[in-house]
This record gives sequence, structure tokens and C-alpha cells, in this order.
Amino acid sequence: MDVASAFASALGLIAGLDPQFLQIVGLSLRVTLMAVLLAALIGVPLGAWLALSRFPGRPAVIVLVNALMGLPPVVAGLVVFLLLSRSGPLGGLGWLFTPTAMTIAQTLLVLPIVIALTRSTLEELWTEYREHLTSLGLSGARAVPTLIWDGRFALATGLLAGFGRASAEVGAVLIVGGNIAGHTRTMTTAIALETSKGDLPLALGLGIVLIALTLVINAAAFGASRIGARFAG
Amino acid sequence: MLSRRALFSVGFGLAFTGLAAAQQPQPAAPAQAAGRFITVSSTTSTTDSGLFNHLLPAFQRSTGIEARVVSQGTGQALDTGRRGDADVVFVHAKAQEERFVADGFGVERRPVMYNDFVLIGPRQDPAGVRGTRDIAAALQRIRERQSPFVSRGDRSGTHAAELALWQAADIRIDEAKGPWYREIGQGMGAALNTAGAMGAYVLSDRATWLNFRNRGDLEIVVEGDRRLFNQYGVILVNPARHAHVKREDGQRFVDWLTGPEGQRAIADYKINGEQLFFPNAGQPGA
Repeated sequence: MDVASAFASALGLIAGLDPQFLQIVGLSLRVTLMAVLLAALIGVPLGAWLALSRFPGRPAVIVLVNALMGLPPVVAGLVVFLLLSRSGPLGGLGWLFTPTAMTIAQTLLVLPIVIALTRSTLEELWTEYREHLTSLGLSGARAVPTLIWDGRFALATGLLAGFGRASAEVGAVLIVGGNIAGHTRTMTTAIALETSKGDLPLALGLGIVLIALTLVINAAAFGASRIGARFAG
Repeated sequence: MLSRRALFSVGFGLAFTGLAAAQQPQPAAPAQAAGRFITVSSTTSTTDSGLFNHLLPAFQRSTGIEARVVSQGTGQALDTGRRGDADVVFVHAKAQEERFVADGFGVERRPVMYNDFVLIGPRQDPAGVRGTRDIAAALQRIRERQSPFVSRGDRSGTHAAELALWQAADIRIDEAKGPWYREIGQGMGAALNTAGAMGAYVLSDRATWLNFRNRGDLEIVVEGDRRLFNQYGVILVNPARHAHVKREDGQRFVDWLTGPEGQRAIADYKINGEQLFFPNAGQPGA
């Protein structure tokens, strides 16, 4: 198998605009971006709270969250699977083997990254600007929006890291989604399937498309932060 | 500050709408009878061989029901049925299927079709088994020569068949296995990829083999032994056990598959002019 045929099949996929292929790309993006959005909405407030609050056992919580950044995707997938299975506690929802289940599993994977990076970013800023902010009457929770604003670029990097983790993983979405054609098949599960069918050029072609997409999203985020920085002076 | 809070709540709202939107059925298939679907847990061989790509559109055209297939090894596919996460199971390991029904998880097992297993090996044939039709003798040679052999090792139907064949060769593989016997715990395609890379022998169903692209040095070395016969069965998951099972639509899938239309569709599936599966729903005792 030569790499040239992989690039040819990648180009063929992009140029052909095959509806099945577009649907797979669309589902991958939708699930992953939704997971990152949910993780941000839950994780940034939690991370901010962890940065500013002081309570017994806080170091242990921080270590735990940092460790969960390395949560194996299959384990996250298995936990969500057991919860959503018809024989599990949330089986009545009928969410197993749906994109919703995949979104939930990926949210679990991205969440520790968002919490940990928010916590470390805001804690550093808080140490630096504490006196200044307190003198302006912004203490505790009221300082959070300012801290988030000042740390927005570091936080954006954290979200991109989360996006990378979610878009690249296959273990969790395979278990909870089931890789059903036209319904829960994503870029990564399609790559796994084509590899097992021995169609390595197509598998690698899909991989090239996935990397290109990630590149485009990161470039867009980088460009946006550059423009933002210029406007902020 | 207020605007920021407003932003947050808009974000939350969006997130929930998004989660709900992720639930919407895909516009991929022709949207007839939107939302009417069943979940079928089946084996890697039926998917990797391309059979479902051929059968499911015909089933949907005929009944308006979309069949969503999750493909796993037979053991895992039956577990999915046991937990109630599928409406129908479509697998190939008769003894396990009969136990599934006897334990009350399935309504009734019906034979659907068969194909056969083939022993795949490197062209150089280090164990010298080419030419024999006797699969037991071939396995004995492989064991004697300690030639690399890849086992699925995943409780799949093919794995069960492989273990039964070692037994037929009078080899207790649990005791005989050494570094030459490599259990990979993965699907058929992955096992073929591994065997290709290691120059090993591997047992495969013929359908997956014919549809497999990355053959490299591999080829069929033993075929045609009656013991290589591979029967598929279909079972509706018992609605008395799992109330949410889609009894009516699931039964229609079973009836279609074992009826004249489905049987003809199975016989029609060919790769390079070669028929892969042989319908035998009417054969008693299959």
C-alpha cells in the first residue's frame, strides 16, 4: 500500500462530496463541538470555583481532576454504556447507540481538561491580581468574569486541547455509539472499520481528512485570537 | 456583567437545544417512515463482508423500516441482546444461540443462511498444509511445526468454531498454546491484518476473506471440509424480558430475512461473481 493512493482517496473523498461521507464528517463535528461546548459550560465555572475557593481536601480534588485528564476513553465509554444500557439506571431514556450518548461520553473526556486548565489559569491570575482586583471591590466570585476575560486565550487553548482529545478518540464513541452506518458512524469509527476491512488507503484517506479538519479549526481559532488580541491592544 | 450572564444563559440554552438536536434522525437515508427503526446486533463478518450494505436497503424499501446494525463478535452481540440493547440478534454460533433462547432472552431461533470457514495462510506455507481438505490434520501440522497462528480470542462465532476445530484435531489448545498461538481479541478484519503482517495462519469466514483488501501474501490454504460449515441464525429478543423491544418491527425483520424476498437477496449478494452466503431458512435442523 502506498501513501500516494491514500492521498488520492482523501482527495477523492473531499472532491466527490459523497453524501455518506459528508454525513460522517458532519456527525463527527457536531458531536465533538457539542461535547466541547457542554464541557466549557460546566467546566469553566467549576474550574473557577476550584481556583478561588479554599476547603479541606482541595489539593486532593485538584490532583484527581488533573489525573482524570488521562481518563482512558474506553473507560469513559464503558461507564456511559453501563448507565445508558437498557439494563442500566438510565436505560429508560433509550439513548444508547445514539449521537446523544456519544456527546455525553465525549463531554466526560473533555471536562477534566477544561476544569484543570481553567483552575490553573485562573489561580495564577488571581495570585497576580488579587490585591488590585480586591481594591476595585472585585473579590471572590465577582472577580471571576474579569479573570476569565484576562485568561481567555489560555482557556481557548484548553478548549482546543479538549476538541483534539474528543475528535481523535475512537474507544468511547465506538462503545456507546455502536458505529451504526448513517446514524452513529464518525470519522474515527469509520477509520477503524475500513482498517478492519483491509481497505487501508481509504482508512488513511479518512485519517488525512480528519487531520486536515483539525488543522482548519485550530488555524481558525489561532486567527481569531490574533485578531482579538489586536483589538484588545 | 449582566450581558455576560445573559451570554452564559444563552449558551446553556443552546447546549440543550443542541443535545436535543443530536437526537434527531439523520437525513441520510431516504426519509420514508422517519424514525421507524430497529436495532440489530450482529457479527463483524456480516458487516465486514458487505452483506448488510446489500440487504438493509432492500429490507427498508420493502417494509419502510430502517435496521440499525451494531456489529460485534457473536458472544458480545448476544450479550447486547441479553441486556435489551437490541431488538434482534443475527449471529453464527448455534449452541450459544440455543442457550440464549433457552434462558428466555430470545423468542425463537431461526436458521437463515450459511457460508463456510477457510484456513488462510502465507503463500510460503511454512507448515506445509496446502493440498489437504482435512482441517484437523492441517491444525495438527501447524501445532507440530509451531507455525504462527492468529486466534480471534474474542468469544466470537469464528472463535468458537476455531476452538471446536482444535478439539476435532484432538488438541487441547489451552495446554498446547505457546508463543506461536496469538490471541488478539479483535474482529475478523483485524485478525486478517495481523496474520498478514506476521506471516501467520488464521481461520476466517469466506465472506470476510473475499471482501478483504489487504491480502498481501495471504491465500486460502485449506477449504471444503464439512467441519468448516458456518450456520447463521436470527432471533427476536424476548419482549417478555425487555418490554421496550420492538416486537412487531423486529419480527418483520426476522420474517423478511427468512422469507422468499430476504432469502433471494442473500443469494444475490456476490463479490467478483462469487456467491458468499447460501440461504437455507427452510432446511430443517440447520
